[in-house]
Amino acid sequence: MNGLLNWDFIAKYTPMYVTAAKLTVTIAFWGILFSLAVGLVCAALQYYKIPILRRIAAVYIELSRNTPLLVQLFFLYFGLPKIGVKWSAEVCAVVGLTFLGGSYMAEAIRSGLESVDTIQLESAASLGFDSRQTLVHIVLPQALAVSVPGVVANVIFLIKETSVVSGIALADLMYVAKDLIGLYYETDEALLMLVAAYLVILLPISVLATLLERRLRYAGFGN
Amino acid sequence: MQGSGISVLFKGRNFIRLLGGLWVTVRISLLSVLLSIPLGILFGMFMTLKNPVSRAVSRIYLDFVRIMPQLVLLFLVYFGATRAFGWNLSSELSAVIVFTLWGTAEMGDLVRGALISIPRHQYDSAAALGMTRMQTFVYIIVPQTVRRLLPLAINLTTRMIKTTSLVVLIGMVEVLKVGQQIIDVNRFDYPTAALWVYGVVFILYFLVCWPISLLAKRLEQRWR
Repeated sequence: MNGLLNWDFIAKYTPMYVTAAKLTVTIAFWGILFSLAVGLVCAALQYYKIPILRRIAAVYIELSRNTPLLVQLFFLYFGLPKIGVKWSAEVCAVVGLTFLGGSYMAEAIRSGLESVDTIQLESAASLGFDSRQTLVHIVLPQALAVSVPGVVANVIFLIKETSVVSGIALADLMYVAKDLIGLYYETDEALLMLVAAYLVILLPISVLATLLERRLRYAGFGN
Repeated sequence: MQGSGISVLFKGRNFIRLLGGLWVTVRISLLSVLLSIPLGILFGMFMTLKNPVSRAVSRIYLDFVRIMPQLVLLFLVYFGATRAFGWNLSSELSAVIVFTLWGTAEMGDLVRGALISIPRHQYDSAAALGMTRMQTFVYIIVPQTVRRLLPLAINLTTRMIKTTSLVVLIGMVEVLKVGQQIIDVNRFDYPTAALWVYGVVFILYFLVCWPISLLAKRLEQRWR
């Protein structure tokens, strides 16, 4: 034994963690991007009360919020190929993350849109704003301030959720850690690097989230 | 003869087995929630203390548990505790420990939020009416806190149930694992079993979590 930790081991296997972290970040990036798109569409459908489509959005939101990502992924990765839909594990991970994240983003965006009082819309109309102007100059600036903290919290949540993609055999951070524990029994080092890797990814975003929330507090006007 | 995948669900005791698997995760989450509520209330009160040391300790605990994916926490306890302390924890016990630690942090933060959201004048008015500290707490503060807290605590339960699906990754036999076994056994007789089994698991989770979410939403609207 040379000291508390085996530094040679850490040095030797850090590149594996870097590769795995890249995969985690890539999946999270695409998943979050598509989640935002899905969330925007669903929130708009519900905000503008589009008939039928808003019901579909509501059903989707309930389905996605009340089921775990791991089960969604198992269905996509092991279930769908039986009816001829064969996606690679990476595609399944991004689709699954989007299915999960879309509803969370929709709720965050919708709560922002709904936080803008009706009287604001009426005032804008009486001042002769058309609907586009009302949206751009009145609704969005106020809605954003309410939505952004929720959206950023969802970003962190979704990055954390990517940790389950190891369940469909993607070599992400969890997968590498488990592999190293199984192969070499250097459990302390493998777990330490795992925690460090997630801290490196998530701490900056979490700090940024706190700063952003403080910056956006201007919308608390009147409360 | 190859049968349609859907009939595999009703062959023998398959459906009962799936439900039994689901109960494993639900049991872990209910146990963890029951432990998290009292611990979370204590932790929440601890967090409102003005002492800088207690603030720093609770902050670090809360932030660490929140920032780490729950799967990482499971790995830390399941693989790490054996190494660090020589404890040989079963996967079920590790899961309960992790979800209680996580639940306590989340619950504590909710309790803290509810406690500080009660305006000062409530305490002052109670004092002006001659109530003792104990009376103020029991008749004024607790009823208001509970109303704010209960919907959020119920929501935490659904999050807990969804997150306990991860225990399959530290080797517990729960609903996904049972599903996998059913699929493997029937690989040749029912080639499309995976679609139906995982589809049903998806729906089962939904049927467990949805009513609880609805209840939380209902209470939130009524008590606003």
